[in-house]
Amino acid sequence: MANKTYWSEFLRGVTKDNPVFALLLGLCPALAVTTSMENGIGMAAASMFVLMCANLIISSLKNHIPPTIRVPIFILVIATFVSIIGMVMEAYSPALHSALGVFVPLIVVNCMIIGRAEAYASKNPVSFSAVDALGIGTGFLLVLATIGSIRELFGTGEIVLFGFQLIQIPIDSSSFMIMPPGAFFTIAILMALVNYRRDKMLERGG
Amino acid sequence: MPDNSLINIFLDGVFIENFILIQFLGLCPFLGVTKETRSALGMSAAVIFVMTMASAVTFVVASYLLGPMNLDFLELIAFIVVIASLVQLVEYIIRKHLPPLYKSLGIYLPLIASNCAVLGLVLLNRMEDFSFVEGIVFGIAAGIGFGIVMVLMSAVRERTGLVRIPSSIKGVPYAFFAATMLSMAFVNYFEVIPI
Repeated sequence: MANKTYWSEFLRGVTKDNPVFALLLGLCPALAVTTSMENGIGMAAASMFVLMCANLIISSLKNHIPPTIRVPIFILVIATFVSIIGMVMEAYSPALHSALGVFVPLIVVNCMIIGRAEAYASKNPVSFSAVDALGIGTGFLLVLATIGSIRELFGTGEIVLFGFQLIQIPIDSSSFMIMPPGAFFTIAILMALVNYRRDKMLERGG
Repeated sequence: MPDNSLINIFLDGVFIENFILIQFLGLCPFLGVTKETRSALGMSAAVIFVMTMASAVTFVVASYLLGPMNLDFLELIAFIVVIASLVQLVEYIIRKHLPPLYKSLGIYLPLIASNCAVLGLVLLNRMEDFSFVEGIVFGIAAGIGFGIVMVLMSAVRERTGLVRIPSSIKGVPYAFFAATMLSMAFVNYFEVIPI
C-alpha cells in the first residue's frame, strides 16, 4: 500500500479510529476509572503497554499462528502481559494499583486490545503494528485524560496530577461528576460533540 | 461490608453494586443488545447462567487446583479459559433450542466470553474472599442486577425510539444520556453516595 505512512497510521488511531469515540471499544475502563485525571492516565498507560507488547508479539508470530485457534492464542498473549503489568504496578505504584482495582486484570477483556490484534496486528508487518498500537494507545490516553480531567475538575473543583495542582476553579463542586452518573453524562456530552463535528465536516466535504 | 449474610450479599450484588450502572462492567452488551426487550431478556438469561456457573467453577479451580500448587499467578489465565468454555456451552444450547434468539443476539453471544462483567465478577469474588456459597449468591445477584438494568434500558429505548432528536445525539450518545438518568436513580435510591 503506497499511501500508508507511519504518520498517517498513527493519526488514524488518534482520530478516525479512535478506540472510544469511533470504535466504541474500551468503554468500561473509560468510564469506571476516570474519577480523576491521574487514574485515567495510569489506566491508559497500562493499556498502552499491553497493546504495544501484544501487537508486537502477535504481528511477529502471525505466520505461525494457526487461524482456527488464533483467538485463544491472542488472549493468552494478552493475559500474560496483563499479569506482568499488574505485578509491576503493584510493586512500584501500589496507590494507583488499588485505585484502579479490578480494572487492571480486566485489561485482558478490553475489546480494544483483542480487536487490534485481530483486525490489524495479525495482518500487518511488525513496524506498522507498533505504530498502530502507539496511535490507538495515544487516542485512548487522550480520551481517558479528557474524561478524567472534566470529572475531576467539576467534581472536586481542582485537578491534581502526580502531587501538583494544575488548575483550580471556584465552583461549588458536586459529587455528581465523581459518581457513576457523572461518567455517563460526561461521555454522552463528549460523544455528541464528536458526532456533531463529524457531521459538520461531512456536510462541508460532500 | 461488615455483615456478610447471604441476603446482604444478594441485595448488594443486585442494586448497590449494580454491575452496569455503578461499576461500569458489561457496557458493550448494555449498548449493543438493548434495542429490543426480547433480546435484552435472552442476553440477561445467558449472562445469569454464565455468571452463576463461572462463580462455582472458578472457586473450585482457584482453591483446589491453583491454590495447593502455588500457581496463583495463573489465576487470570485459568479464569478466562473457564469462562470461554462456559460461553461455548451456552452458545450450543441456545443455538439448538432457541434459534430466533440466537440470531438476534448475534455477535454479542460469543462476546460474553470477553465480557468484562463475567470476568469482573469472578475477580471480585476472589478479592472479597467469598466462600463457595457466597460466591454463587453474588453471581446470581450480579446477573439479576445486570438483567434488570438491561430490561429497563431496552424499555426506555423502545419507548423513545421514535422521538425526534438531533442527529448527532442519535444512537450511542442518546443511550448514554438515558444511562445517566438510570444511574442517577440507582445511586440516589439506594443511597450509595457517601456524603
